[in-house]
Amino acid sequence: MKNLCFYFQVHQPLRLKRYRFFDIGQDHYYYDDFQTEERIRYLVNQAYLPANRTIAEMIRSSNGKFKCSFSISGIALEQFEQYAPEVIDSFKELAKTGSVEFLAEPYAHSLSSVLDTDEFVQQVKIHADKIEAVFGKRPTALFNAELIYSDEIGEIVSKMGYKTMIIDEAKHVMGWKSPNFVYSHSYISKLKLLVRNHKLSDDLSFRFSSLSLTAENYINWIASMPEDQTLINIGFGYEVFGVIQSAQSGIFDFLKALPYHAMEQQLNFVLPSEISKKSDSAGNLSSPYPMSWVGNDKDLTPWNGNDLQHEALTKLYAVGERVRLCSDKPLLHDWLMLQSTDHFRYMSHKDPSGSHYESAYDAFMNYMNVLADFLERVDTQYPTTIENEELNELLKTINHQEEEIKNLEDEVKKLKAKKPKVVSK
Amino acid sequence: MFGWEFPPHILGGLGTASYGLTKGMAMQDDMEITFVIPKPHGDEDQSFLKIIGACNVPVVWKENTWDHVNSRLGNLMHPDEYFWLRNGIKYDFNRIHTNDLGCIGFSGRYPDNLIEEISNYEAIASVLAHQLDFDIIHSHDWLTFPAGAFAKQISGKPLVIHVHATDFDRSRGQVNPIVYGIEKRGMDAADHIMTVSDLTRKIVIEKYHQDPRKVTTVHNAVDPLPDADSFTKTIRKDKIVTFLGRITMQKGPEYFVEAAYQVLQKTKDVRFVMAGNGDMMNAMIDLVAKRNIADKFHFTGFLKGRQVHEMLAQSDVYIMPSVSEPFGISPLEAMQVGTPSIISKQSGCAEILSHAIKIDYWDIDAMADAIYAIVKNPAMHKSLQELGRNEVNNIRWQDAGLKVRAIYESVM
Repeated sequence: MKNLCFYFQVHQPLRLKRYRFFDIGQDHYYYDDFQTEERIRYLVNQAYLPANRTIAEMIRSSNGKFKCSFSISGIALEQFEQYAPEVIDSFKELAKTGSVEFLAEPYAHSLSSVLDTDEFVQQVKIHADKIEAVFGKRPTALFNAELIYSDEIGEIVSKMGYKTMIIDEAKHVMGWKSPNFVYSHSYISKLKLLVRNHKLSDDLSFRFSSLSLTAENYINWIASMPEDQTLINIGFGYEVFGVIQSAQSGIFDFLKALPYHAMEQQLNFVLPSEISKKSDSAGNLSSPYPMSWVGNDKDLTPWNGNDLQHEALTKLYAVGERVRLCSDKPLLHDWLMLQSTDHFRYMSHKDPSGSHYESAYDAFMNYMNVLADFLERVDTQYPTTIENEELNELLKTINHQEEEIKNLEDEVKKLKAKKPKVVSK
Repeated sequence: MFGWEFPPHILGGLGTASYGLTKGMAMQDDMEITFVIPKPHGDEDQSFLKIIGACNVPVVWKENTWDHVNSRLGNLMHPDEYFWLRNGIKYDFNRIHTNDLGCIGFSGRYPDNLIEEISNYEAIASVLAHQLDFDIIHSHDWLTFPAGAFAKQISGKPLVIHVHATDFDRSRGQVNPIVYGIEKRGMDAADHIMTVSDLTRKIVIEKYHQDPRKVTTVHNAVDPLPDADSFTKTIRKDKIVTFLGRITMQKGPEYFVEAAYQVLQKTKDVRFVMAGNGDMMNAMIDLVAKRNIADKFHFTGFLKGRQVHEMLAQSDVYIMPSVSEPFGISPLEAMQVGTPSIISKQSGCAEILSHAIKIDYWDIDAMADAIYAIVKNPAMHKSLQELGRNEVNNIRWQDAGLKVRAIYESVM
């Protein structure tokens, strides 16, 4: 019996406003709210809401047999809260059906997994907290931003207690292996890896219209695969439904017809955590270098492939440790918002997907101006002349001063209580 | 081909472009080029084409001995050629003042009696059209359009004209009706029109009412700089931002000054250089003084030859805020010596460059921002430098030559 495992990624960056160098030190608000809102409203109306409605209907019509999972970035959740709370409600409705799983990911949809491990751990944690708070269940499977994965990242994720990770089908990692099995980390066998079926995912996300795909054909393709290949992982950005493939293309009708044809061919729908618990690993996968789900090479070059991107990322993550010592809320919020992978993608010369800038240079200039202001703010809080360790000590002293004072006061009281006796003697 | 300038004696971009293009075209084995200019100096590079000087072509029949011709023109052309060309005189041009050889004097520059020189050039064209053997006529810029059109009329051979600039670029819209008339008649007579950018193509179609089907863009290229590495950059404390060109309305110098003012409000380690000469120079000096940035803003006066490349190589940023630039070769030259360029979107070269910063000429904020980014971010400078140099080295005249060839074949 074959199992179909769907996962959809929901993420949108906060777009930066035009920020000139003379704004540095003057203006500490970096975002183009108008653009962000317009973009999010468009996506909500064209894609997220209709897709959620369709999926709710699919779950209903299949008596809960249809299942799928979502990875919603913290930044996207914040935008929904601000601009389209009805989307959160709609996801909550889906969560109630029990047929939907929410996956963990670094809150800011960041590259922290490769550049700043501590940051990664923290972001995954705050994201999981948020998902638990909103949807009532703590994730156990992780969908890293841009599906970035390496053995090292796997190890960290496993240490955090996650049992499942989604990765992409990259030739240099898979070799001759089929993606249609459950795999495990190269040396930590309890971390299961679910490999996205690249072809079948792209057939839907990019080629749906040009292939004139029907649900029947699609399910038949899957059903006709070799008997032993029992798990088909299909994943892509959620905006495929309604934006990349418009409603007019019939994508929603395709979805609605999917459960029926699947049941006819005796295909099962499963959730990532479910299948990885149920199945044994077919083997280890080793990825000594980070891989991603973009491009032919499936590496990090779309975000960290040229001098501009490298410079921006280095400057940003150089202050990671320091920023984590801060308690200034706006500063911490900006820190997260500036980490979205998108900002760096726009600086790519070759593939600035989704960029609203005129060129990679334009994107870099604007980002670096914002970053310069941000770094100045970090520096004002904690001047660079103080070493991190020293700062840590100082902060400890400051944070514990209340306690310390209380202790000392108690001591004084005690002593005072003793003293009169001595005097009266 | 009819041209007006040819290196090494050039007054503007037209000469450079004529040289590059013909050299690129000459790489095609079956291409023979005869290039007519008003007044050659004898030191032109004739290795890949033949140059005929209009001032040595007889238009009025004068009896002269071989020896006399030899003594007069021997250093520029073979006397036999003179006599052979003389056979091409079919019309009476006695109304034109000629010398003892029956030739017309040309300045080869842009004198006050330019219109007269242009029409005299037509007389030369008639002699050449009767006598030379050729397949196609190619005229560079409006000065040579009447000559080209006349040659076409006589020989019946197709005429292709090359628009390097229009009067709309030179005058910010205040066109001279005589010049416009010459340009328009030339374009009407042409079988095909080549423009140096899509920007110019649009002007030709919209302002000169040409059929879009007969207007094609052939972007200029840049001659490789064999001694690019010989230009070095001195390490300085202050970064240098350079404007280089005629200081005239067309080049937008005032926007550069305003951007410099903005940058200097934020950082002091930058110097600005305005190299060149022009009618707005004094106004610019005034403006610099008024903005109180004269200690950081320098004027060099007119630079030529190697000095140009040296200045470009010494700069950290080259900026061309032209209000209207049909092509604009200088950013490409700056990039050849590894200097990042900021160019206005209103220049033709912006159409083919991706590793240069493009801004609207009036957008002083964006210009200042770009300058600031390049001088403050080494990664930005390095990317623009390396990727820019690669990009420019791949913009080759021989590719432009192939495009021209294809156009020739379409009209022949």
